[in-house]
Amino acid sequence: MDPTRRRRIRLVIALGAAVLLAGALVYTSLGAASDATTPSRLAATASPDRSYRLTGRVMPGYHRDGDELIFRVGDRIGSASVSVRYAGVVPDPFRAGREVIVTVRKRGTVFVGERDSLVTKCPSKFSSQAPEHSS
Amino acid sequence: MLNSGRVCLTFALLIALYGIAVSLYGARRGERNWVDSGRRAVYALAGVLTVAFVILEAAFLRSDFSFALVGSHSSTTTPTFYKATAVWSSQEGSLLLWVWLFAIWSSLVLFATRRRLREIAPYATAILLGFAAFFAALVVFLASPFELADPAPAEGAGLQPLLRHPSMMVHPPMLYSGYTLFAVPFAFAAGALVARRLGTDWIAAMRRFALAAWFFLGFGILIGARWSWSELGWGGYWAWDPVENASLMPWLTGTAFLHSAMIQERRGMLKVWNVSLVLATGVLAVLGTFLVRSGILDSIHAFGASTLGKPFLGFIIVLVIGSVVLVVTRLDALRPEAHFEALLSRESIFLLNNLVLLGLCFVIFWGTFFPLISEAVTGQRASVGPPWFDGYTVPLAIALVFLSGVGPVIAWRRATLRNARRNFRLPLAAAAAAALALMLVPDIRREPPALLMFCAAAFVFAAVAQELWRGTRARRATSGESAPRALASLVRRNRRRYGGYVVHAGVAALFVGVAASSTFQHVRDVRLSPGQTANIGGYDIRYVRATSELSPEKITLGALLELRKDGRRVATLMPNRGYYPSRDPTLGPMARYFDGEATSEVGLDAGLRRDVWTAVEPDIGAMRRMIDGIDRRFPLAAGESATVLLGAIADRYAARPPPASLRLIVSPMVEWIWLGGLIGVAGGLVALWPAPGAARRRASVLRAARLDRELSRA
Repeated sequence: MDPTRRRRIRLVIALGAAVLLAGALVYTSLGAASDATTPSRLAATASPDRSYRLTGRVMPGYHRDGDELIFRVGDRIGSASVSVRYAGVVPDPFRAGREVIVTVRKRGTVFVGERDSLVTKCPSKFSSQAPEHSS
Repeated sequence: MLNSGRVCLTFALLIALYGIAVSLYGARRGERNWVDSGRRAVYALAGVLTVAFVILEAAFLRSDFSFALVGSHSSTTTPTFYKATAVWSSQEGSLLLWVWLFAIWSSLVLFATRRRLREIAPYATAILLGFAAFFAALVVFLASPFELADPAPAEGAGLQPLLRHPSMMVHPPMLYSGYTLFAVPFAFAAGALVARRLGTDWIAAMRRFALAAWFFLGFGILIGARWSWSELGWGGYWAWDPVENASLMPWLTGTAFLHSAMIQERRGMLKVWNVSLVLATGVLAVLGTFLVRSGILDSIHAFGASTLGKPFLGFIIVLVIGSVVLVVTRLDALRPEAHFEALLSRESIFLLNNLVLLGLCFVIFWGTFFPLISEAVTGQRASVGPPWFDGYTVPLAIALVFLSGVGPVIAWRRATLRNARRNFRLPLAAAAAAALALMLVPDIRREPPALLMFCAAAFVFAAVAQELWRGTRARRATSGESAPRALASLVRRNRRRYGGYVVHAGVAALFVGVAASSTFQHVRDVRLSPGQTANIGGYDIRYVRATSELSPEKITLGALLELRKDGRRVATLMPNRGYYPSRDPTLGPMARYFDGEATSEVGLDAGLRRDVWTAVEPDIGAMRRMIDGIDRRFPLAAGESATVLLGAIADRYAARPPPASLRLIVSPMVEWIWLGGLIGVAGGLVALWPAPGAARRRASVLRAARLDRELSRA
């Protein structure tokens, strides 16, 4: 076969494979994604069959109930907050006033955090430190 | 000193701008003096930034709180080692570290190439200084590390406790060295495109610096992962966090370039590919820095409230547009000198390896930026988690490891059946033997991805061993040296090749560790009182007693655990949690410790076969009544009286501890990750070290240049 034609065929096959893989990537990421949301939006629109990545600030007054940590996550700006029950690793920097990200599902009136999904942003890297509150 | 620091940074910006102007002027006019002046501007830049960095470092070591940055990130009680590292714990200090390292590396590269690449160097110098000017402008106008604290506080806030780990001394400088060094090949590639000098010269000259960047970035990532495993209380070494991903992306494209560069050097092929890879790597290195500083994506590592996002975004857009325009307008000069002759050849395998690396990079890029992509398309920000990343990266990693075994043994140009049979027999036999042996283990049989990874690694180990053995045998036949001596001479004479093979073996070992530890890990979260035992992964872990300790900086509460297997004592583990006082004046003298920062110290029994990892979370809630009671009775306790009261809390915890929450992990072969990484680092060092021939050649070039100068003077 003519080498130029052969190269062209290879290129078409490679591009086809790349498009196919990219399509798979798009499709699976849409299916596996958790919506990122704020407490106020979550409180208004959450449905029980979906998981959400909740972002916001930890409100004062969190406590442990056996293996579970019970805390409220509030909007970064605003006063809305939702209650979260969470089991799993609690990051060292977790405390009131800190920004957290946690994957949750709605269970009745509270949100249940996915095990080990709680992330607290590193406070050392905040240019302007948020005021701390006691729990 | 503050003013001296500010003056240095302003000078740095002016020097960078001057250097850009004279380099471009010299290149356009073909006047060597201006070009040399531009190069010297980079040396001067490195000089003034070194002074600025030393001023800041000295301020931290002296606890000079008139520097606002020192007051907010260090204290008099911070140990000296951590005072030194606190410089780069802040946005401002880390930016200064970035631009300082960048200037140092740029100076070294321009000095090393001062007699080569004469047409390319002026443009590369201007581009390097463009990078430097951008970062210098950031530290001059937007994030100055030399802000005055007025009035200066009597005491500083101290270094964030999470950052008090020896890795803090190595991890950030290594990462930044990697990022900044990757900007150097970027600059030379762009310079080669501007000057239309697109032969192999720039690739040959830049290969070593790209390798150095790859080495530093890889080592930095490895140290970060190790830090996470051995210190942070979550029990993992990789979390697919955006900032972690951002460091991995340029490393992957850099790895791809190091392989495909060989094809261009040998055969004059893949020119567009190589130049695109280098430019993409440079942009991804800046993107990594941008992600940490912009706060655009939710990451544990990101600087939260930052104003640097927009300038960084603008800079990246300029880099991307400039790169695309340069490549597109130079396509005619990037024509390959040869074509692939066969699908089964080393060139094709290298290209396949490149595609896998780029595939990995693209998957990680897509997953990392998916929140922004989904928000742009659907209006709703959404993100993907570790299972999604694993779904793609696991098969790609298996393919990558397998290819890293194929590459060294397959022939250039065209592999014949005969040489394929000769070269692949042993590696394939090793992979088959590994498969047969591992299939006998039911747990492994049930996990095909792990099984495939182990077989691919066996293939790589055998391929590398075979190449080393063959080379040694050939060397012995010609020189009559002993086997160890022949092996040493073989590696010394072909550092790049054999260093690369060692890296391949290290990477295979690393992935064996990743596959084993992520697939066969046992995790349990338990609440135990002293005397109680939990079982995990065939081990019994007994909570023997609570521990407590006081130091000037913190109170530490923990647990003494006894690790037993089959009734036999294996180790004693002492996980604990240190509580550092908050500076919040509304808190009582005791509560401020328990509502301040806390850090976990992991209790770890590490070994080649498995790690037993433990972390403890003392139940402070149960101690709250005592803490609040002391605060009510002694609201003004300070100094020695506070220490006595804190001691009472510590004693009470040790004597009558409430049940503690423990995370227990038994993870097989985690040490293989660090060991594989170190083997890779050793291989990288071998490849980086100048070959004796190269050193001799460079010495003779220098001698010739000196002779030439002396003759012209005479």
